[in-house]
Amino acid sequence: MRDCGKVRREITMSGIYLDHQSAYPVDDRVRAFAEKSLTNDFGNPSALHSRGLAAKTVLEEARAKVAELIGAEGPETIIFTGGATEANNLAIRGLAARNATKGKKLLASSIEHISVLNPLKDLKKAGFEFSLIPVDRTGLIELAALESALSKDTILNSVMYANSEIGTIQPIKEVSELVHKNGLYLHVDGTAACGKIPVDVQKDGIDLLTVSSNDLYGPQGAGALYVKPGIRIQPVSFGGGQERGYRPGTENLFALAGFGEAARLAGQEMAEESARQQAIRDSLIQEILQIKESYLTGHPTKRLPGHASFRFSRIEGESILLTMDAMFGIQVSTGSACSSRTLEPSHVLLAIGLKHEEAHGSMIVTLGKDNSPEQVPAIVEATKKTVERLRAFSPL
Amino acid sequence: MAQIGYSKKVMEHFMNPKNVGVIENPDGYGKVGNPVCGDLMEICIKVKDDRIDDIKFRTFGCGSAIAVSSMVTEMAKGKTLDEAMLITRKDVADELDGLPPQKMHCSNLGADALHAAIKNYWVKIGKIKPEEAKVEEESHEGESCGT
Repeated sequence: MRDCGKVRREITMSGIYLDHQSAYPVDDRVRAFAEKSLTNDFGNPSALHSRGLAAKTVLEEARAKVAELIGAEGPETIIFTGGATEANNLAIRGLAARNATKGKKLLASSIEHISVLNPLKDLKKAGFEFSLIPVDRTGLIELAALESALSKDTILNSVMYANSEIGTIQPIKEVSELVHKNGLYLHVDGTAACGKIPVDVQKDGIDLLTVSSNDLYGPQGAGALYVKPGIRIQPVSFGGGQERGYRPGTENLFALAGFGEAARLAGQEMAEESARQQAIRDSLIQEILQIKESYLTGHPTKRLPGHASFRFSRIEGESILLTMDAMFGIQVSTGSACSSRTLEPSHVLLAIGLKHEEAHGSMIVTLGKDNSPEQVPAIVEATKKTVERLRAFSPL
Repeated sequence: MAQIGYSKKVMEHFMNPKNVGVIENPDGYGKVGNPVCGDLMEICIKVKDDRIDDIKFRTFGCGSAIAVSSMVTEMAKGKTLDEAMLITRKDVADELDGLPPQKMHCSNLGADALHAAIKNYWVKIGKIKPEEAKVEEESHEGESCGT
């Protein structure tokens, strides 16, 4: 019965939510599971009495569930963090600090999340340098450029499994072979990919992997960094030695319990759910591209199952977002400069070769469990009317 | 508490903008901004007895850019040209119950477009020299775009 996969939360706002890449609703089953631990298992996992042991059991069960989702060698490979940003920081800074004597060069793709790019920028103060590997117009990393960027004193390469703005899925296995042939470490940001497509750290050859709880319909404020057995990193914060000293601080047990349960459910339901979302995605793409001067951003086939991203000429993305929401009750996202705090267009859209004025017209649709094929006509109609409305105002 | 998102008034003008369109054979025409920056605004005016008799705009841009365009056309309608020249960016933002701080520059081009249209008219009737109209526009364009 498909019903078990629904998020089934109480609907307090009407409309169609299509901005899952920004935030997922917490699955009702995850919430119930996490609430149980919030009520019953309030002990500190580090304490040796029975309350502490009960809490420790909850924590370790969660760890095992996350390890299983990503095909890890065992639960001990998982370091829980306060989210994907923290995990990315720990991976980049921790690897760089640990291997500073080996070399000072760091690599990343040009479309990495800001929580990978900003630690790289900050590490320049500590004497490291970094280069960004370009991607092609579909968002795929240029393997030849990666190969020529590799040198003896390069320590690590960071490449995301899939991009949340354009949906493109990277050839991680090929990247891994190239990176390992040259003796580097490979960090993969799996935030957008885990739970949507099969991610297997051993088969894919991943050294460090970032996982986010909320992207699996788990609570926000929880994440994990997988570190392959045998690889050592340096902690970036110091305290009581929790998480083997890599991420000290009393564990956020409630969120981590939910994270574990979310990972378990994702593992069980991913294949069916992704196929279902892919069908919706494909009809959305087909219908929306009927609009004149509309274009798909990202890769046409190597893309996340629930991800459809577009750009429309002569109109601006924040206006698209506001019109879709206020007029049609549909929540989407955009990579337009006007919607960002910095007023810079998305670095991802510029990296795939879009001009500033092209990047402004971006609309990002990310599907979730609550979306259904029956919503497609309404979404398409709303998009058409929104584009028509804004073009009528446009002097271009 | 700091304001979250756009004011109600901005959303009203964004959803139901006043005076959208073009005027055939306008007396004055102003265009400011740059699509590269994400905001481009044009305003057409009809002048009668030294007053703005009709005014229309078209804008490429974000929510506040469209709301600002709509508001400035409402504010200018019926005013004498000299009065309309006194409308500032801040006046327009105030009438909209404020704009988010990061939007005060880039998308608050309505007053500039209005002034450009009035100057264009003044050039046509020989009140000012073409150079006087141009300089002003360019300086605003530079200010509005960080790229």
